Amino acid sequence: MKSPSAIPEGVRVEVSGLSKSFNGSPVLKSIDLEIHPGEIFVIMGPSGSGKSVLLKQIIGLDSPDAGTILIEGEPVTSRTLLNRVRLAMVFQSGALLNSLTVGENVGLFLTEHRLKPKAEIDRIVAEKLALVGLQGMESRLPVDLSGGMKKRVAIARALAIEPQLLLYDEPTSELDPVMAVTIGEEILSLSQRMGLTSIVVSHDRDLAFGIADRIALMHEGSILSVGTPAETRASRNPIVQQFLNAKLKRENN
Amino acid sequence: MFQSIGEILILFWKTICSFRVILAQRRKILEQLFEIGNASLLMACILSMFIGGVLALQSGPVLAERGLSTYIGGLVGLSVCKELAPVMMAVFIAGRIGSAMAAEIGSMRVYQEIDALRTMNIDPVEYLVLPRLLAISIALPLLVVFAILVGWLGGAMVSASNGQIGVPFQAYFGHLREMVEVHDVANGVIKSFFFAVVIGVVSCHQGLQTFGGPRAIGRSVTKAVVNSIVLILILDYFLTRLLLALGI
Repeated sequence: MKSPSAIPEGVRVEVSGLSKSFNGSPVLKSIDLEIHPGEIFVIMGPSGSGKSVLLKQIIGLDSPDAGTILIEGEPVTSRTLLNRVRLAMVFQSGALLNSLTVGENVGLFLTEHRLKPKAEIDRIVAEKLALVGLQGMESRLPVDLSGGMKKRVAIARALAIEPQLLLYDEPTSELDPVMAVTIGEEILSLSQRMGLTSIVVSHDRDLAFGIADRIALMHEGSILSVGTPAETRASRNPIVQQFLNAKLKRENN
Repeated sequence: MFQSIGEILILFWKTICSFRVILAQRRKILEQLFEIGNASLLMACILSMFIGGVLALQSGPVLAERGLSTYIGGLVGLSVCKELAPVMMAVFIAGRIGSAMAAEIGSMRVYQEIDALRTMNIDPVEYLVLPRLLAISIALPLLVVFAILVGWLGGAMVSASNGQIGVPFQAYFGHLREMVEVHDVANGVIKSFFFAVVIGVVSCHQGLQTFGGPRAIGRSVTKAVVNSIVLILILDYFLTRLLLALGI
């Protein structure tokens, strides 16, 4: 792999006219979005609204039926894109390689692309694991970890790539509230420190309003609103308000 | 079916194109070789010992009745090296190793590990398919050589110990040496190499095509083993014809 890239910091993502159907039922309906370099962009919405499908399209894991996705002006399907831009994704399940240890998982990108000597990789792995509160866990296997710990290892693995675009699929699901706050702070601090562009898919309203520069709200495959947290809160769209203000009331039960 | 065959051929071509990273993947190739050898050697030994033995047991008395019992060495020798060892080992490896390949890659597919590799710009063909295909292509021919030797020994033991046959070791191996040429052993080894390629590509392809949950992994494993065995038996016929035409 060539040493990435001429682009030092976050990248611009442009999505236009993106549509996707599965077995004839539309999941994404002509989505248009522009995500600015260095921005933390949160995509919220109820389950089944198409958030994770959109995320997979943005990182090029799935191809759209119609529309384009450009990263720094280059289509995400381009073979040369990954030589220019470092992308990483934190999957909802963690998606750790079960046959590798935690340390090998975190250092996988650096090892496979032979970007650093082994001692340097070991140091980076230890540093990234410490960042997510898992210092000394290098030799453990993913099967020995809880769901939350796997998620944190996945975040450490993404950080080791030093990406310019980092996508998070439900980064705080399966985490306790304290760790959810820690991860939220980490997303924020990474974005500020490295200037990378972050796209976060989440149901977690506290996380979204705590870290987002802008929030997009999805419903049934369409974008209902895009704006700053304050603009989103002030939206008059009833579906947006219903999603933002949903509360369990004991007297209703 | 034709779509699957096309996809298998494309995967095979992509794997050949990724040969440039063999050196970088050497550790994984060695791990896979160890895995295949470690998992299969004992079973291969038992299987081939009994294949040679039962062949001698079935044919020995018939030959003895006609006063041809000394021919048992050549008969067992040729049958084992040209047909039984390569085909039986390939079927055994399809069940033992092909199934494991399909299950491992299939579960990596289902649990998004392969998606994670792709986001890291790590080609799943280079990372997963190449080491497995190379390892099985080296390991199966070696296992077949081992199986041939043990199969001959199994035939010799039964020939010597069975009262109806009564051919001692020396006479058995003497006739075997007369009848079996190096190219006969090469015939079986060459066939086993092609069988190994079939098992490797079919199993990896099934693994990569897995969609859904744990049930889909089970379906992929079954398909990988059944398709490999069917293709091995079909290929065996055509390879045998080709090698006969070439005088091997």
